[in-house]
Amino acid sequence: MKLRLNLRQKDIGIAWLLVIPSLLVILGVTLWPIIYTFFLSFYNVQAGLNAVRTFVGLDNYLTMIKDQVFWETIGRTAYFTGVSVSLEIVLGLAVAQLITSKPWGWQFLRFALIIPWAVPTIVNGAMWRWIYSSDFGALNGLLYQLGLIRHYIPWLSNPNYAMNLVIVADVWHMMPFVALVMQAALAGLSPELEEAAAVDGANAWQRFWLIRLPLLRPALLVALVARTVDAFRVFDIVYIITAGGPAFRTATITYLTYLTTFAYGKQGLGAALSFLISAFILVMAFIYIRILYRPEEI
Amino acid sequence: MRWRKILPKLLLTLCTLPILFFIFFPVLWLFSTSLSNQVELYAVPPHWIPQHPVLRNYLEIINPALATTAVPRTFAVALWNSFKISSIVTIVCLVIGSMAAYALVRISFGFNQVIRVGVMAVRMVPEVSLIIPLYVIASSLQLINKPIVLIITYMSFALPYAIWLLAAYFQSVPIELEEAARLDGCSRIGILFRIVMPISVPGLVSTAMFVFLLSWDEFFYALIFTSTLAAKTAPVAIAEFIGRYNININGMMAGGVLVAIPPVLLALVFQRYIVSGMTVGAVKG
Repeated sequence: MKLRLNLRQKDIGIAWLLVIPSLLVILGVTLWPIIYTFFLSFYNVQAGLNAVRTFVGLDNYLTMIKDQVFWETIGRTAYFTGVSVSLEIVLGLAVAQLITSKPWGWQFLRFALIIPWAVPTIVNGAMWRWIYSSDFGALNGLLYQLGLIRHYIPWLSNPNYAMNLVIVADVWHMMPFVALVMQAALAGLSPELEEAAAVDGANAWQRFWLIRLPLLRPALLVALVARTVDAFRVFDIVYIITAGGPAFRTATITYLTYLTTFAYGKQGLGAALSFLISAFILVMAFIYIRILYRPEEI
Repeated sequence: MRWRKILPKLLLTLCTLPILFFIFFPVLWLFSTSLSNQVELYAVPPHWIPQHPVLRNYLEIINPALATTAVPRTFAVALWNSFKISSIVTIVCLVIGSMAAYALVRISFGFNQVIRVGVMAVRMVPEVSLIIPLYVIASSLQLINKPIVLIITYMSFALPYAIWLLAAYFQSVPIELEEAARLDGCSRIGILFRIVMPISVPGLVSTAMFVFLLSWDEFFYALIFTSTLAAKTAPVAIAEFIGRYNININGMMAGGVLVAIPPVLLALVFQRYIVSGMTVGAVKG
Protein backbone atom coordinates (compact mmCIF):
# COMPACT_ATOMS: atom_id res chain seq x y z
CA MET A 1 0.00 0.00 0.00
CA LYS A 2 2.74 2.41 1.00
CA LEU A 3 4.69 1.44 -2.07
CA ARG A 4 1.73 2.20 -4.31
CA LEU A 5 1.26 5.57 -2.71
CA ASN A 6 4.89 6.41 -3.25
CA LEU A 7 4.64 5.33 -6.83
CA ARG A 8 1.69 7.60 -7.32
CA GLN A 9 3.45 10.54 -5.70
CA LYS A 10 6.47 9.86 -7.83
CA ASP A 11 4.24 9.87 -10.90
CA ILE A 12 2.83 13.26 -10.00
CA GLY A 13 6.35 14.58 -9.55
CA ILE A 14 7.36 13.24 -12.94
CA ALA A 15 4.26 14.73 -14.54
CA TRP A 16 5.14 18.18 -13.24
CA LEU A 17 8.72 17.71 -14.34
CA LEU A 18 7.53 16.90 -17.86
CA VAL A 19 5.02 19.73 -18.02
CA ILE A 20 7.02 22.53 -16.40
CA PRO A 21 9.29 23.48 -19.32
CA SER A 22 6.31 23.96 -21.62
CA LEU A 23 4.30 25.71 -18.93
CA LEU A 24 7.09 28.19 -18.25
CA VAL A 25 7.42 28.97 -21.95
CA ILE A 26 3.68 29.40 -22.41
CA LEU A 27 3.38 31.55 -19.28
CA GLY A 28 6.29 33.68 -20.44
CA VAL A 29 5.36 34.24 -24.07
CA THR A 30 1.57 34.26 -24.00
CA LEU A 31 -0.06 34.43 -20.59
CA TRP A 32 2.09 37.13 -19.08
CA PRO A 33 2.07 39.33 -22.23
CA ILE A 34 -1.70 39.20 -22.54
CA ILE A 35 -2.15 40.24 -18.92
CA TYR A 36 0.38 43.01 -19.43
CA THR A 37 -1.48 44.13 -22.56
CA PHE A 38 -4.65 44.36 -20.54
CA PHE A 39 -2.81 46.40 -17.91
CA LEU A 40 -1.32 48.73 -20.53
CA SER A 41 -4.72 49.36 -22.06
CA PHE A 42 -5.52 51.58 -19.04
CA TYR A 43 -2.48 53.75 -19.59
CA ASN A 44 -1.40 56.45 -21.92
CA VAL A 45 2.07 55.52 -23.11
CA GLN A 46 4.44 57.99 -24.68
CA ALA A 47 6.66 55.71 -26.71
CA GLY A 48 10.29 56.62 -26.99
CA LEU A 49 13.52 56.20 -25.15
CA ASN A 50 12.08 57.23 -21.80
CA ALA A 51 8.60 55.81 -22.06
CA VAL A 52 6.24 57.74 -19.81
CA ARG A 53 3.12 55.99 -18.55
CA THR A 54 0.14 57.76 -17.13
CA PHE A 55 -2.93 56.03 -15.83
CA VAL A 56 -5.98 57.07 -17.83
CA GLY A 57 -8.58 54.55 -16.72
CA LEU A 58 -11.00 53.65 -19.44
CA ASP A 59 -9.95 56.54 -21.70
CA ASN A 60 -8.40 54.32 -24.35
CA TYR A 61 -11.55 52.23 -24.58
CA LEU A 62 -13.70 55.36 -24.72
CA THR A 63 -11.51 56.90 -27.43
CA MET A 64 -11.84 53.67 -29.31
CA ILE A 65 -15.61 53.36 -29.22
CA LYS A 66 -16.10 57.04 -30.00
CA ASP A 67 -13.91 56.77 -33.07
CA GLN A 68 -15.81 56.18 -36.28
CA VAL A 69 -12.73 54.64 -37.91
CA PHE A 70 -12.83 51.93 -35.26
CA TRP A 71 -16.41 50.94 -36.07
CA GLU A 72 -15.76 51.05 -39.80
CA THR A 73 -12.76 48.82 -39.26
CA ILE A 74 -14.81 46.36 -37.23
CA GLY A 75 -17.35 46.34 -40.04
CA ARG A 76 -14.70 45.69 -42.67
CA THR A 77 -13.13 42.93 -40.59
CA ALA A 78 -16.54 41.32 -40.11
CA TYR A 79 -17.14 41.58 -43.85
CA PHE A 80 -13.78 40.02 -44.66
CA THR A 81 -14.32 37.24 -42.13
CA GLY A 82 -17.92 36.53 -43.09
CA VAL A 83 -17.40 36.47 -46.84
CA SER A 84 -14.09 34.67 -46.97
CA VAL A 85 -15.07 32.01 -44.43
CA SER A 86 -18.43 31.32 -46.09
CA LEU A 87 -16.77 31.03 -49.49
CA GLU A 88 -14.10 28.75 -48.10
CA ILE A 89 -16.62 26.50 -46.37
CA VAL A 90 -19.03 26.27 -49.30
CA LEU A 91 -16.35 25.84 -51.96
CA GLY A 92 -14.31 23.55 -49.73
CA LEU A 93 -17.28 21.31 -49.11
CA ALA A 94 -18.14 21.30 -52.81
CA VAL A 95 -14.60 20.36 -53.77
CA ALA A 96 -14.53 17.63 -51.11
CA GLN A 97 -17.82 16.27 -52.47
CA LEU A 98 -16.41 16.33 -55.98
CA ILE A 99 -13.30 14.40 -54.93
CA THR A 100 -15.46 11.88 -53.08
CA SER A 101 -17.52 11.19 -56.20
CA LYS A 102 -14.25 10.17 -57.87
CA PRO A 103 -14.13 11.88 -61.27
CA TRP A 104 -11.19 11.04 -63.52
CA GLY A 105 -8.06 12.52 -62.01
CA TRP A 106 -9.49 12.90 -58.50
CA GLN A 107 -6.19 11.80 -56.98
CA PHE A 108 -4.45 14.56 -58.88
CA LEU A 109 -6.97 17.14 -57.69
CA ARG A 110 -6.50 16.07 -54.07
CA PHE A 111 -2.73 16.13 -54.56
CA ALA A 112 -2.84 19.62 -56.10
CA LEU A 113 -5.05 21.07 -53.35
CA ILE A 114 -2.19 21.06 -50.88
CA ILE A 115 -0.17 23.49 -53.03
CA PRO A 116 -2.09 26.74 -52.33
CA TRP A 117 -2.27 25.84 -48.66
CA ALA A 118 1.50 25.31 -48.48
CA VAL A 119 2.43 28.52 -50.30
CA PRO A 120 3.52 30.93 -47.54
CA THR A 121 0.98 33.66 -46.77
CA ILE A 122 3.33 36.46 -47.75
CA VAL A 123 4.15 34.84 -51.07
CA ASN A 124 0.42 34.36 -51.63
CA GLY A 125 -0.10 38.08 -51.01
CA ALA A 126 2.78 39.16 -53.23
CA MET A 127 1.52 36.88 -55.99
CA TRP A 128 -2.02 38.25 -55.94
CA ARG A 129 -0.81 41.82 -55.72
CA TRP A 130 1.01 41.22 -59.00
CA ILE A 131 -1.98 39.40 -60.52
CA TYR A 132 -4.15 42.45 -59.76
CA SER A 133 -1.57 44.92 -61.08
CA SER A 134 -3.36 47.66 -62.98
CA ASP A 135 -0.88 48.04 -65.83
CA PHE A 136 0.64 44.61 -66.36
CA GLY A 137 -1.23 42.14 -64.18
CA ALA A 138 -2.50 38.72 -65.15
CA LEU A 139 -6.13 39.40 -64.25
CA ASN A 140 -6.32 42.34 -66.64
CA GLY A 141 -4.39 40.40 -69.28
CA LEU A 142 -6.67 37.37 -69.01
CA LEU A 143 -9.93 39.33 -69.07
CA TYR A 144 -8.64 41.47 -71.93
CA GLN A 145 -7.63 38.49 -74.04
CA LEU A 146 -10.96 36.82 -73.39
CA GLY A 147 -12.64 40.00 -74.60
CA LEU A 148 -14.40 40.60 -71.27
CA ILE A 149 -12.86 44.03 -70.72
CA ARG A 150 -11.75 46.64 -73.26
CA HIS A 151 -9.36 48.54 -71.03
CA TYR A 152 -7.14 47.50 -68.20
CA ILE A 153 -8.82 48.17 -64.86
CA PRO A 154 -6.96 49.56 -61.83
CA TRP A 155 -8.39 46.88 -59.54
CA LEU A 156 -6.73 47.62 -56.25
CA SER A 157 -7.27 51.36 -56.32
CA ASN A 158 -11.02 50.86 -56.61
CA PRO A 159 -12.49 51.03 -53.09
CA ASN A 160 -15.36 48.74 -54.09
CA TYR A 161 -13.16 45.97 -55.42
CA ALA A 162 -10.13 46.04 -53.15
CA MET A 163 -11.50 44.13 -50.15
CA ASN A 164 -13.15 41.52 -52.37
CA LEU A 165 -9.86 40.96 -54.15
CA VAL A 166 -8.09 40.42 -50.84
CA ILE A 167 -10.84 37.90 -50.05
CA VAL A 168 -10.16 36.02 -53.30
CA ALA A 169 -6.50 35.74 -52.31
CA ASP A 170 -7.51 34.37 -48.91
CA VAL A 171 -9.96 31.90 -50.45
CA TRP A 172 -7.27 30.64 -52.83
CA HIS A 173 -4.97 30.08 -49.86
CA MET A 174 -7.36 28.52 -47.34
CA MET A 175 -10.20 26.88 -49.25
CA PRO A 176 -7.96 23.82 -49.79
CA PHE A 177 -7.62 23.43 -46.02
CA VAL A 178 -11.41 23.16 -45.66
CA ALA A 179 -11.60 20.87 -48.69
CA LEU A 180 -8.95 18.50 -47.34
CA VAL A 181 -10.47 18.36 -43.85
CA MET A 182 -13.92 17.77 -45.32
CA GLN A 183 -12.63 15.17 -47.73
CA ALA A 184 -11.05 13.26 -44.86
CA ALA A 185 -14.32 13.49 -42.91
CA LEU A 186 -16.32 12.29 -45.92
CA ALA A 187 -13.95 9.38 -46.42
CA GLY A 188 -14.60 8.36 -42.82
CA LEU A 189 -18.38 8.13 -43.24
CA SER A 190 -19.76 4.66 -43.66
CA PRO A 191 -21.96 4.34 -46.74
CA GLU A 192 -24.60 2.09 -45.14
CA LEU A 193 -26.88 4.84 -43.88
CA GLU A 194 -27.09 6.51 -47.25
CA GLU A 195 -27.54 3.19 -49.02
CA ALA A 196 -30.40 2.36 -46.69
CA ALA A 197 -31.95 5.78 -47.34
CA ALA A 198 -31.57 5.25 -51.08
CA VAL A 199 -33.40 1.94 -50.79
CA ASP A 200 -36.14 3.78 -48.92
CA GLY A 201 -36.44 6.14 -51.87
CA ALA A 202 -34.51 9.22 -50.72
CA ASN A 203 -33.03 11.07 -53.67
CA ALA A 204 -29.43 12.31 -53.81
CA TRP A 205 -30.40 15.80 -52.68
CA GLN A 206 -32.25 14.50 -49.62
CA ARG A 207 -29.45 12.10 -48.81
CA PHE A 208 -26.98 14.99 -48.85
CA TRP A 209 -28.99 17.38 -46.70
CA LEU A 210 -30.59 14.90 -44.31
CA ILE A 211 -27.84 12.34 -43.81
CA ARG A 212 -24.46 13.40 -45.03
CA LEU A 213 -24.46 17.00 -43.80
CA PRO A 214 -25.61 16.19 -40.24
CA LEU A 215 -22.89 13.55 -40.03
CA LEU A 216 -20.34 16.11 -41.16
CA ARG A 217 -21.55 18.66 -38.62
CA PRO A 218 -18.69 18.30 -36.10
CA ALA A 219 -16.01 18.59 -38.78
CA LEU A 220 -17.86 21.48 -40.42
CA LEU A 221 -18.28 23.39 -37.18
CA VAL A 222 -14.65 22.97 -36.32
CA ALA A 223 -13.50 24.11 -39.76
CA LEU A 224 -15.86 27.05 -39.44
CA VAL A 225 -14.57 28.19 -36.07
CA ALA A 226 -10.93 27.54 -36.94
CA ARG A 227 -11.26 29.64 -40.09
CA THR A 228 -13.23 32.39 -38.32
CA VAL A 229 -10.63 32.78 -35.60
CA ASP A 230 -7.93 32.93 -38.24
CA ALA A 231 -9.71 35.27 -40.64
CA PHE A 232 -10.69 37.74 -37.94
CA ARG A 233 -7.04 38.51 -37.22
CA VAL A 234 -5.97 38.77 -40.87
CA PHE A 235 -2.88 40.92 -41.31
CA ASP A 236 -0.23 39.56 -43.67
CA ILE A 237 -2.14 39.60 -46.93
CA VAL A 238 -3.63 43.03 -46.22
CA TYR A 239 -0.18 44.37 -45.43
CA ILE A 240 1.30 43.13 -48.68
CA ILE A 241 -1.57 43.42 -51.17
CA THR A 242 -3.04 46.81 -50.29
CA ALA A 243 -1.33 48.14 -47.14
CA GLY A 244 -4.84 48.99 -45.96
CA GLY A 245 -5.62 51.11 -49.02
CA PRO A 246 -7.24 52.56 -50.99
CA ALA A 247 -8.27 55.22 -48.49
CA PHE A 248 -8.21 52.69 -45.61
CA ARG A 249 -10.87 50.58 -47.33
CA THR A 250 -9.06 47.29 -46.65
CA ALA A 251 -7.70 48.11 -43.19
CA THR A 252 -8.74 45.34 -40.81
CA ILE A 253 -8.68 45.46 -37.03
CA THR A 254 -5.23 43.90 -36.71
CA TYR A 255 -3.91 46.28 -39.32
CA LEU A 256 -5.41 49.26 -37.47
CA THR A 257 -3.84 48.00 -34.24
CA TYR A 258 -0.48 47.65 -35.95
CA LEU A 259 -0.68 51.23 -37.26
CA THR A 260 -1.90 52.62 -33.93
CA THR A 261 0.89 50.94 -32.00
CA PHE A 262 3.85 51.12 -34.31
CA ALA A 263 3.16 53.92 -36.78
CA TYR A 264 1.25 56.36 -34.56
CA GLY A 265 3.11 55.28 -31.42
CA LYS A 266 -0.02 55.06 -29.24
CA GLN A 267 0.80 51.94 -27.27
CA GLY A 268 -2.00 52.30 -24.74
CA LEU A 269 -4.67 52.61 -27.39
CA GLY A 270 -3.02 49.80 -29.35
CA ALA A 271 -3.15 47.64 -26.24
CA ALA A 272 -6.86 48.34 -25.83
CA LEU A 273 -7.51 47.42 -29.45
CA SER A 274 -5.46 44.26 -29.30
CA PHE A 275 -7.05 43.21 -26.06
CA LEU A 276 -10.42 43.53 -27.73
CA ILE A 277 -9.27 41.27 -30.59
CA SER A 278 -8.14 38.70 -28.05
CA ALA A 279 -11.40 38.90 -26.16
CA PHE A 280 -13.35 38.19 -29.33
CA ILE A 281 -11.05 35.35 -30.29
CA LEU A 282 -11.22 33.83 -26.82
CA VAL A 283 -15.00 33.81 -27.08
CA MET A 284 -14.56 31.94 -30.34
CA ALA A 285 -12.07 29.65 -28.61
CA PHE A 286 -14.59 28.96 -25.90
CA ILE A 287 -17.16 27.94 -28.50
CA TYR A 288 -14.50 25.83 -30.18
CA ILE A 289 -13.71 24.00 -26.94
CA ARG A 290 -17.39 23.44 -26.25
CA ILE A 291 -17.71 21.83 -29.66
CA LEU A 292 -14.63 19.70 -29.22
CA TYR A 293 -15.45 18.51 -25.74
CA ARG A 294 -18.57 16.65 -26.76
CA PRO A 295 -16.96 13.30 -27.37
CA GLU A 296 -20.20 11.52 -28.27
CA GLU A 297 -20.22 13.43 -31.54
CA ILE A 298 -16.66 12.66 -32.55
CA MET B 1 -25.93 1.61 -71.39
CA ARG B 2 -22.22 2.36 -71.36
CA TRP B 3 -22.61 6.10 -71.95
CA ARG B 4 -25.04 6.37 -69.09
CA LYS B 5 -22.17 5.44 -66.86
CA ILE B 6 -19.59 7.54 -68.63
CA LEU B 7 -21.59 10.77 -68.99
CA PRO B 8 -21.90 11.61 -65.27
CA LYS B 9 -18.26 10.83 -64.79
CA LEU B 10 -17.38 13.07 -67.72
CA LEU B 11 -19.49 15.91 -66.29
CA LEU B 12 -17.85 15.53 -62.89
CA THR B 13 -14.45 15.55 -64.50
CA LEU B 14 -15.36 18.74 -66.34
CA CYS B 15 -16.20 20.27 -62.96
CA THR B 16 -12.64 19.69 -61.80
CA LEU B 17 -11.21 21.81 -64.60
CA PRO B 18 -12.15 25.28 -63.27
CA ILE B 19 -10.86 24.24 -59.83
CA LEU B 20 -7.57 23.10 -61.27
CA PHE B 21 -7.38 26.34 -63.24
CA PHE B 22 -8.03 28.38 -60.09
CA ILE B 23 -5.33 26.44 -58.23
CA PHE B 24 -2.67 26.50 -60.91
CA PHE B 25 -3.13 29.78 -62.75
CA PRO B 26 -1.71 31.97 -59.94
CA VAL B 27 1.29 29.75 -59.22
CA LEU B 28 2.15 29.31 -62.89
CA TRP B 29 1.98 33.07 -63.37
CA LEU B 30 4.23 33.50 -60.32
CA PHE B 31 6.71 31.07 -61.81
CA SER B 32 6.50 32.57 -65.27
CA THR B 33 7.12 36.09 -63.94
CA SER B 34 10.13 34.90 -62.00
CA LEU B 35 11.68 33.85 -65.32
CA SER B 36 10.87 37.07 -67.17
CA ASN B 37 13.23 39.89 -67.99
CA GLN B 38 12.28 43.53 -67.41
CA VAL B 39 10.98 44.01 -70.96
CA GLU B 40 8.66 41.03 -70.99
CA LEU B 41 7.46 41.84 -67.51
CA TYR B 42 5.80 44.95 -68.88
CA ALA B 43 4.29 43.36 -71.98
CA VAL B 44 0.65 44.21 -72.73
CA PRO B 45 -1.11 41.80 -73.02
CA PRO B 46 1.16 39.66 -70.85
CA HIS B 47 3.48 37.01 -72.23
CA TRP B 48 2.09 34.01 -70.40
CA ILE B 49 5.21 32.05 -71.20
CA PRO B 50 8.34 34.21 -71.35
CA GLN B 51 9.68 34.28 -74.90
CA HIS B 52 13.20 34.82 -73.61
CA PRO B 53 13.26 33.20 -70.21
CA VAL B 54 16.09 34.36 -67.97
CA LEU B 55 17.47 32.99 -64.75
CA ARG B 56 18.88 36.34 -63.72
CA ASN B 57 16.29 36.91 -60.98
CA TYR B 58 17.33 33.67 -59.34
CA LEU B 59 21.04 34.16 -59.95
CA GLU B 60 20.90 37.56 -58.26
CA ILE B 61 19.61 35.84 -55.17
CA ILE B 62 21.85 32.79 -55.30
CA ASN B 63 24.99 34.72 -56.17
CA PRO B 64 24.82 38.05 -54.32
CA ALA B 65 27.76 39.41 -56.33
CA LEU B 66 25.47 39.69 -59.37
CA ALA B 67 22.74 41.60 -57.59
CA THR B 68 22.39 45.28 -58.36
CA THR B 69 20.13 46.18 -55.45
CA ALA B 70 20.15 45.41 -51.77
CA VAL B 71 17.10 43.19 -51.37
CA PRO B 72 18.08 40.34 -53.72
CA ARG B 73 21.65 40.62 -52.49
CA THR B 74 20.59 39.81 -48.96
CA PHE B 75 17.78 37.42 -49.78
CA ALA B 76 19.85 34.26 -49.40
CA VAL B 77 20.79 35.32 -45.88
CA ALA B 78 17.12 35.86 -45.05
CA LEU B 79 16.30 32.37 -46.36
CA TRP B 80 19.04 30.92 -44.20
CA ASN B 81 17.72 32.83 -41.16
CA SER B 82 14.25 31.46 -41.81
CA PHE B 83 15.58 27.94 -42.07
CA LYS B 84 17.66 28.25 -38.92
CA ILE B 85 14.89 29.79 -36.84
CA SER B 86 12.17 27.40 -38.04
CA SER B 87 14.36 24.35 -37.44
CA ILE B 88 15.28 25.35 -33.91
CA VAL B 89 11.66 26.16 -33.06
CA THR B 90 10.62 22.77 -34.45
CA ILE B 91 13.19 20.83 -32.44
CA VAL B 92 12.49 22.65 -29.17
CA CYS B 93 8.73 22.26 -29.62
CA LEU B 94 9.03 18.55 -30.34
CA VAL B 95 11.20 17.89 -27.30
CA ILE B 96 9.44 19.89 -24.60
CA GLY B 97 6.06 19.56 -26.31
CA SER B 98 6.10 15.77 -26.34
CA MET B 99 7.14 15.68 -22.69
CA ALA B 100 4.19 17.88 -21.76
CA ALA B 101 1.78 16.11 -24.09
CA TYR B 102 2.66 12.72 -22.62
CA ALA B 103 2.15 13.88 -19.05
CA LEU B 104 -1.14 15.51 -20.00
CA VAL B 105 -2.65 12.42 -21.58
CA ARG B 106 -1.13 9.61 -19.51
CA ILE B 107 -0.32 10.72 -15.96
CA SER B 108 -3.23 12.09 -14.02
CA PHE B 109 -1.86 14.78 -11.73
CA GLY B 110 -4.96 16.81 -11.10
CA PHE B 111 -4.43 19.60 -13.60
CA ASN B 112 -4.54 17.64 -16.85
CA GLN B 113 -7.83 18.97 -18.08
CA VAL B 114 -7.17 22.56 -17.00
CA ILE B 115 -3.80 22.68 -18.71
CA ARG B 116 -5.06 20.99 -21.85
CA VAL B 117 -7.94 23.38 -22.25
CA GLY B 118 -5.62 26.27 -21.40
CA VAL B 119 -3.19 25.20 -24.10
CA MET B 120 -6.07 25.03 -26.56
CA ALA B 121 -7.21 28.56 -25.69
CA VAL B 122 -3.71 30.01 -25.70
CA ARG B 123 -3.17 28.59 -29.17
CA MET B 124 -5.75 31.06 -30.46
CA VAL B 125 -4.48 34.26 -28.88
CA PRO B 126 -3.43 36.43 -31.82
CA GLU B 127 0.13 37.68 -32.08
CA VAL B 128 -1.01 41.28 -32.13
CA SER B 129 -2.25 40.98 -28.54
CA LEU B 130 1.14 39.87 -27.32
CA ILE B 131 3.38 42.09 -29.37
CA ILE B 132 3.56 45.20 -27.17
CA PRO B 133 4.84 43.53 -23.97
CA LEU B 134 7.10 41.25 -25.98
CA TYR B 135 8.46 44.27 -27.80
CA VAL B 136 9.06 46.21 -24.59
CA ILE B 137 10.90 43.28 -23.02
CA ALA B 138 12.86 42.47 -26.16
CA SER B 139 14.10 46.02 -26.52
CA SER B 140 15.05 46.35 -22.88
CA LEU B 141 17.03 43.12 -23.14
CA GLN B 142 18.47 44.35 -26.45
CA LEU B 143 17.19 41.32 -28.30
CA ILE B 144 15.70 43.19 -31.27
CA ASN B 145 17.26 41.98 -34.52
CA LYS B 146 18.59 38.81 -32.95
CA PRO B 147 17.34 35.39 -34.10
CA ILE B 148 16.72 34.36 -30.48
CA VAL B 149 13.85 36.84 -30.13
CA LEU B 150 12.00 35.13 -32.98
CA ILE B 151 12.80 31.66 -31.67
CA ILE B 152 11.30 32.62 -28.30
CA THR B 153 8.28 34.50 -29.61
CA TYR B 154 7.44 31.81 -32.19
CA MET B 155 6.92 29.49 -29.24
CA SER B 156 3.75 31.44 -28.47
CA PHE B 157 1.91 29.84 -31.38
CA ALA B 158 4.13 26.83 -32.14
CA LEU B 159 4.32 25.20 -28.71
CA PRO B 160 0.57 25.12 -27.89
CA TYR B 161 -0.04 23.78 -31.38
CA ALA B 162 2.60 21.08 -30.95
CA ILE B 163 1.29 20.03 -27.52
CA TRP B 164 -2.26 19.88 -28.84
CA LEU B 165 -1.34 17.70 -31.83
CA LEU B 166 1.04 15.45 -29.91
CA ALA B 167 -1.50 14.89 -27.14
CA ALA B 168 -4.02 13.69 -29.72
CA TYR B 169 -1.47 11.32 -31.25
CA PHE B 170 -0.16 10.00 -27.92
CA GLN B 171 -3.69 9.29 -26.81
CA SER B 172 -4.06 6.79 -29.64
CA VAL B 173 -1.09 4.69 -28.44
CA PRO B 174 -2.58 1.52 -26.90
CA ILE B 175 -2.36 1.84 -23.13
CA GLU B 176 -1.80 -1.92 -22.76
CA LEU B 177 1.66 -1.53 -24.27
CA GLU B 178 2.57 0.98 -21.60
CA GLU B 179 1.13 -1.12 -18.82
CA ALA B 180 3.15 -4.11 -19.96
CA ALA B 181 6.30 -2.00 -20.04
CA ARG B 182 5.59 -0.66 -16.55
CA LEU B 183 5.21 -4.19 -15.20
CA ASP B 184 8.59 -4.95 -16.70
CA GLY B 185 9.97 -2.11 -14.64
CA CYS B 186 10.25 0.56 -17.30
CA SER B 187 10.15 4.11 -15.94
CA ARG B 188 7.76 6.80 -17.15
CA ILE B 189 10.53 8.60 -19.01
CA GLY B 190 11.62 5.27 -20.47
CA ILE B 191 8.08 4.59 -21.65
CA LEU B 192 7.86 8.01 -23.30
CA PHE B 193 11.13 7.67 -25.18
CA ARG B 194 11.21 3.92 -25.87
CA ILE B 195 7.56 3.14 -26.49
CA VAL B 196 5.28 6.10 -27.01
CA MET B 197 7.52 8.19 -29.22
CA PRO B 198 8.67 5.36 -31.52
CA ILE B 199 5.05 4.28 -32.03
CA SER B 200 4.00 7.88 -32.66
CA VAL B 201 6.56 8.59 -35.37
CA PRO B 202 3.84 9.54 -37.88
CA GLY B 203 2.42 11.97 -35.31
CA LEU B 204 5.87 13.39 -34.61
CA VAL B 205 6.52 13.84 -38.33
CA SER B 206 3.22 15.55 -38.83
CA THR B 207 3.72 17.81 -35.80
CA ALA B 208 7.23 18.70 -36.90
CA MET B 209 5.89 19.52 -40.33
CA PHE B 210 3.18 21.80 -39.00
CA VAL B 211 5.44 23.64 -36.58
CA PHE B 212 8.07 24.12 -39.26
CA LEU B 213 5.53 25.41 -41.78
CA LEU B 214 3.94 27.76 -39.22
CA SER B 215 7.33 29.20 -38.30
CA TRP B 216 8.42 29.46 -41.92
CA ASP B 217 5.18 31.28 -42.72
CA GLU B 218 5.28 33.70 -39.79
CA PHE B 219 5.38 37.37 -40.76
CA PHE B 220 4.06 39.63 -38.02
CA TYR B 221 6.68 39.06 -35.31
CA ALA B 222 9.43 38.99 -37.90
CA LEU B 223 8.24 42.32 -39.32
CA ILE B 224 8.26 43.99 -35.90
CA PHE B 225 11.35 42.41 -34.43
CA THR B 226 13.76 42.22 -37.33
CA SER B 227 14.99 44.56 -40.00
CA THR B 228 18.70 43.84 -40.29
CA LEU B 229 20.45 40.90 -41.85
CA ALA B 230 21.24 39.33 -38.51
CA ALA B 231 17.73 37.96 -38.10
CA LYS B 232 15.52 39.13 -40.98
CA THR B 233 13.44 36.21 -42.27
CA ALA B 234 12.44 35.39 -45.83
CA PRO B 235 8.82 36.68 -45.59
CA VAL B 236 10.13 40.06 -44.43
CA ALA B 237 12.61 40.06 -47.31
CA ILE B 238 9.74 39.36 -49.74
CA ALA B 239 7.86 42.37 -48.40
CA GLU B 240 10.99 44.49 -48.79
CA PHE B 241 10.96 44.01 -52.55
CA ILE B 242 8.21 46.63 -52.36
CA GLY B 243 10.26 49.79 -52.05
CA ARG B 244 9.03 53.24 -51.26
CA TYR B 245 9.01 54.28 -54.91
CA ASN B 246 9.17 51.12 -56.96
CA ILE B 247 8.65 47.39 -56.79
CA ASN B 248 11.14 44.85 -58.02
CA ILE B 249 8.46 42.51 -59.36
CA ASN B 250 10.59 39.79 -60.93
CA GLY B 251 12.88 39.76 -57.93
CA MET B 252 9.90 39.45 -55.62
CA MET B 253 8.45 36.60 -57.69
CA ALA B 254 11.77 34.74 -57.87
CA GLY B 255 12.13 35.20 -54.11
CA GLY B 256 8.54 34.03 -53.71
CA VAL B 257 9.22 30.85 -55.65
CA LEU B 258 12.28 30.15 -53.51
CA VAL B 259 10.37 30.74 -50.26
CA ALA B 260 7.45 28.62 -51.47
CA ILE B 261 9.48 25.64 -52.71
CA PRO B 262 10.46 24.14 -49.32
CA PRO B 263 6.94 24.16 -47.80
CA VAL B 264 5.25 23.09 -51.04
CA LEU B 265 7.68 20.20 -51.51
CA LEU B 266 7.35 19.14 -47.87
CA ALA B 267 3.56 19.30 -48.12
CA LEU B 268 3.46 17.31 -51.37
CA VAL B 269 5.85 14.62 -50.15
CA PHE B 270 4.30 14.35 -46.69
CA GLN B 271 0.72 15.05 -47.75
CA ARG B 272 -0.61 12.09 -45.79
CA TYR B 273 0.91 13.43 -42.58
CA ILE B 274 -0.28 16.96 -43.25
CA VAL B 275 -3.86 15.92 -43.80
CA SER B 276 -3.69 13.67 -40.75
CA GLY B 277 -2.42 16.65 -38.73
CA MET B 278 -5.19 18.88 -40.08
CA THR B 279 -7.87 16.43 -39.07
CA VAL B 280 -6.33 15.45 -35.74
CA GLY B 281 -5.68 19.09 -34.89
CA ALA B 282 -9.08 20.22 -36.02
CA VAL B 283 -11.48 17.37 -35.49
CA LYS B 284 -10.38 15.26 -32.57
CA GLY B 285 -10.43 16.49 -28.99
